[in-house]
Amino acid sequence: MIELRVNGQRHEVDADPEMPLLWVLRDLLGLRGTKFGCGKALCGSCTVHVGGQATRSCSLAVGGLGDLEVTTIEGLAPEGELHPVQRAWMEHGVPQCGYCQVGQIMSASALLAKHPEPSDAEIDEAMGGNLCRCGTYTRIRAAIHTAAGGER
Amino acid sequence: MSTPITSSGPRPSRRALLAALGGASFVLAVRAGASPALAVLRGSAAPDFEPDLYLALASDGTVTIIAHRSEMGTGIRTSLPMVVADELGADWDRCRIEQAPGDRRLGDQNTDGSRSVRQFYQRMRVAGATARTMLERAAADRWGVDAAECRGRKHRVTNEATGDSLDYGELVEAAAELEVPEREELVFLAPGEGGIVGTNVPLADLEGLVRGTATFGLDARRDDQLYAVVARSPVLGAAPVGYDAEAAEAVPGVVGVVELPTFQGAPLFQPLGGVAVLATSTWAAMKGREALAVEWGESEHADYDSVAYEEELAETARAPGKVWREAGDVDAAFADAGEADVHEADYYVPLLAHAPMEPPCAVAEVAFDSDGNVTGCEVWCPTQNPQAAQDTVAGALELERDAVRVNVTLLGGGFGRKSKPDYVVEAALLARELGQPVHVLWTREDDIRHDYYHAVAGLHLSAVQGEKGLPTAWLQRSAFPPISSTFAPGAREGGAGEMGLGFTNLPYAIPNLRVENGPADAHVRIGWLRSVANIYHAFGVCSFADELARKAGRDPLEFLLELLGPDRHVDLAGVRYGNHGASQEEYPVDTARLRHVTERAAKMAGWGRELPAGRALGIACHRSFLSYCANVVEVEVTKDGKLSIPAAWVVIDAGTVIHPDRVKAQMEGAAVFGTSLARFSEISAKGGAVEQSNFDSYRIARLQESPQEIEVEVVESDAPPGGVGEVGVPPFAPALCNAIAAACGKRVRRLPIADQDLSWG
Repeated sequence: MIELRVNGQRHEVDADPEMPLLWVLRDLLGLRGTKFGCGKALCGSCTVHVGGQATRSCSLAVGGLGDLEVTTIEGLAPEGELHPVQRAWMEHGVPQCGYCQVGQIMSASALLAKHPEPSDAEIDEAMGGNLCRCGTYTRIRAAIHTAAGGER
Repeated sequence: MSTPITSSGPRPSRRALLAALGGASFVLAVRAGASPALAVLRGSAAPDFEPDLYLALASDGTVTIIAHRSEMGTGIRTSLPMVVADELGADWDRCRIEQAPGDRRLGDQNTDGSRSVRQFYQRMRVAGATARTMLERAAADRWGVDAAECRGRKHRVTNEATGDSLDYGELVEAAAELEVPEREELVFLAPGEGGIVGTNVPLADLEGLVRGTATFGLDARRDDQLYAVVARSPVLGAAPVGYDAEAAEAVPGVVGVVELPTFQGAPLFQPLGGVAVLATSTWAAMKGREALAVEWGESEHADYDSVAYEEELAETARAPGKVWREAGDVDAAFADAGEADVHEADYYVPLLAHAPMEPPCAVAEVAFDSDGNVTGCEVWCPTQNPQAAQDTVAGALELERDAVRVNVTLLGGGFGRKSKPDYVVEAALLARELGQPVHVLWTREDDIRHDYYHAVAGLHLSAVQGEKGLPTAWLQRSAFPPISSTFAPGAREGGAGEMGLGFTNLPYAIPNLRVENGPADAHVRIGWLRSVANIYHAFGVCSFADELARKAGRDPLEFLLELLGPDRHVDLAGVRYGNHGASQEEYPVDTARLRHVTERAAKMAGWGRELPAGRALGIACHRSFLSYCANVVEVEVTKDGKLSIPAAWVVIDAGTVIHPDRVKAQMEGAAVFGTSLARFSEISAKGGAVEQSNFDSYRIARLQESPQEIEVEVVESDAPPGGVGEVGVPPFAPALCNAIAAACGKRVRRLPIADQDLSWG
């Protein structure tokens, strides 16, 4: 059995320690907000926070988590509320198909936690690993700036 | 999603609708039926309801609108219901949207070809207006006044003379007793009168998408489902000749290994075949597949090499082909021309993969009778084409169509890939085999290696330049493996569909013109991808126009406008040209509209302004899917050849527009999609096998590689609606490459730009 803490809750899962966190979340814990895109940390669709850092859950073996806290989109904001990044995403109408947006939001929220008023270069650095095939990038950048303003 | 299917097979009726209607006791519903005389269902509790309707109004005033087209990011699940609600005079906040399963009675559901609004705008208006008219008449009866005095707006019918008003919910029961108005009796609202069409209401699924609660195909679940991945042949058409099932079954969590039959004949929408591994988690299935070590048999495509193929294609494009359009005497014009006046160029666009962020996936559950015979199948899948999924699953399981129910989830991108339901059939076959629900997932490697690829194309263009460099003769030829090769083995000539996508409908005013196509064999499955043949045709045509301008020392914008010629409807009499199934009377090839978007985009971009060395603008315009689009792209090329895209300006004229912000979003996305194919994306093959496998080798544009600003204007128009989703893509790559030529003097004739040398100075 492997123990992990996700969104403030402790879970025990019967999983191969090699199983990536993504599949533990989705298939074993039923937390399906986090998406699969590439399986090789190339697209960012599976981004969650591990110990507060934006992390590609498709490439992190669950056995290697240690006691680090995992936060997924389901735990980003308190129940019934929206994180400022989620609100900015809605305000700018960022999503098209929406599939990659959970990963985008998790990357953006980790960025803002570290840099409350990020520069465009910091946004490039933090968001460059999150692919969007629909091409919502200009709105993502604008929404991050809005969310940063909202948090000031 | 938790309703179990019964042993008598799924009944594609009632469930979604009854759930949607909740406890409403009375319903007025406008059925899809045969237009224009739409039937109205009436009755209490609606026990006989079938989901073949566009609109239902319950006695509590709740409006349920059926979305029968698939949502893959265009916003169609919001915008078509907006048309219904607008014409109904509804309060948008009291409307709810339900996704329809595959059902022929709803009309066409194949969400491709940028035609959802075009094909259904009028039908949706009729549905809304029919119900509103009946509500207005019911109110008139109640008040004993002429119905002409009663207007349905904002969910109430108001007597304009007295000021009396009644909520729609209060009128439902009486309205349902009335005769259904004929189409001719309907009075449609004026633009803007309904207060919904033309506004930017939030997407129906917006909050679920940012919360991560929206359900994509990846997220569909059945109790006790197994997870499956399939090992497929790297070379098209090879069958497995050996594999280690025991090693796969030894992986903890793996519960079965199943060989799927290799497709025979044309690929169609059949599964490719291969070896499936089923497990209790996706990860276990993947590990099991790794252990299979499949050996593959022979295939006629094993010699396919994309480098050699590229050369052959270029040769084909340089040789005379089948003539698709001819005007004047091209041969005489070339024979009479001096060598210096002739300009020639060859262009190339490689195979492209769709690579939607959600790869193909589906869940299937099969029902059996007590003798173990298959009686029905229900699937949950991200499909652009639920009716094709229904038909193909029915065929594979030897069931009647109605015994198959196809539930449509949200699509994590489609771009044409999810019009082909091969992956849905895989799930159905495996669910039958295992007697248990099965979720099939394609990994990214599966998706990149086994796609229905956008056709590789070679183009040859040549022109005779006369006064002011304008062409007096123009010959254009394309060669590509046709989409028809996926449906008929050996098909190797382009069809009217592909040739009509930006080639036979060339809008330029040129006295001597010939359009030709050359044959090419397919060695992979070829399919349609967002914008289809417009991608390579526009790249060749719009690049070549720019080349002619530069060779003549002309301003490319001014030259392009002269090339478009006088405002007119392009005469395509005698040309085999489908115009997307629309008449040229209603949807002509209108050069005035093309000119307008071009001039407007140039103005937005500040065409002609001074820019520092290495920075420049490029322009291209293209009509596709009955709409008009121009792009201006600004590039910066450093002396050592590093490319960036500070900005792009897009103008689209799509006629009547439902949701302007979603049209803008589609144009922004198209610029990024165009950036991907222009700069990075290429599928190549060696020994018949695709060489790319994931986003490291099949590159799509990242945030910092895409245009940093994209400004979009949507032309206000009351012309009939044209397409939107695909229209922005074709002009982007040529506008980008034209900008590069202006910035550094290097002409890109082969996509992607990738690491081509752009250094200068």
